[in-house]
Amino acid sequence: MAESQFVYVTFIRTTPEKLWRALLEPEFTRQYWMGTTQESEWKPGASWQISFADGRIADSGEIVEIEPFRKLVLKWRHELSPELTAEGYSRLTYELEHVGDAVRFTVKHEMDVKDSKFIKAVSGGWPVILSSLKSLLETGESLEATRGLPKGK
Amino acid sequence: MGGDLDLVFKALAAPERRLLLDRLRAENGQTLGELCRHLDMTRQAVTKHLKLLEEATLVVAIWRGREKLHYLNPMPIHEIAERWIGKYERGRLRALAELKAKLEGETDG
Repeated sequence: MAESQFVYVTFIRTTPEKLWRALLEPEFTRQYWMGTTQESEWKPGASWQISFADGRIADSGEIVEIEPFRKLVLKWRHELSPELTAEGYSRLTYELEHVGDAVRFTVKHEMDVKDSKFIKAVSGGWPVILSSLKSLLETGESLEATRGLPKGK
Repeated sequence: MGGDLDLVFKALAAPERRLLLDRLRAENGQTLGELCRHLDMTRQAVTKHLKLLEEATLVVAIWRGREKLHYLNPMPIHEIAERWIGKYERGRLRALAELKAKLEGETDG
């Protein structure tokens, strides 16, 4: 059991297939995830990384478990702040469950470090990204603030 | 069915349930027993309130062995904010909130 973790759940009126694509594919992620894209072969043991439009790698890790349209588990380490990189690998779990005309989407992010600074840092970012993802899938438009990095960063 | 705003507002309407959310905000991932400690409510009452919070997905529960851990889920409230105030002057609202917090001596944090 992780020392630090959070669990977020949001309902998105879409299908598991569409949500899955939106989570993995660059043409979607760059719209709601600060302009970032993810690279991986998306199979167990494959490396994984997330990078900004300018090429900087923000986070990297490995696919632990993948069950298309249903579940993804990643090892995830932040790479831009030495303090956060030093905490090592966190574990991210996505779970997608079809409920009526929506998908119950669960995001769990955890780390075996007590009072993890990384978990604290990402716990504030996830709700913004998830709201924007929801908006993109339900209305065709992501939230403006999430389409790229804030100015000066 | 989750994502229902009526359930969210109903769950937020009771001070006891807002208190439970405050407790989870202070320390996330508590069991029923931990939540009951220092609360002037019966275990049955807390159980009932937690059930409504879970139905509104304001609280998400995860099992760890035989322990049920409760986590604060900010998404419904975040979505309410996004729906009604997201389009307006978010920057100015944040500045006002920060000013208010400073003037009040940050007693809330």
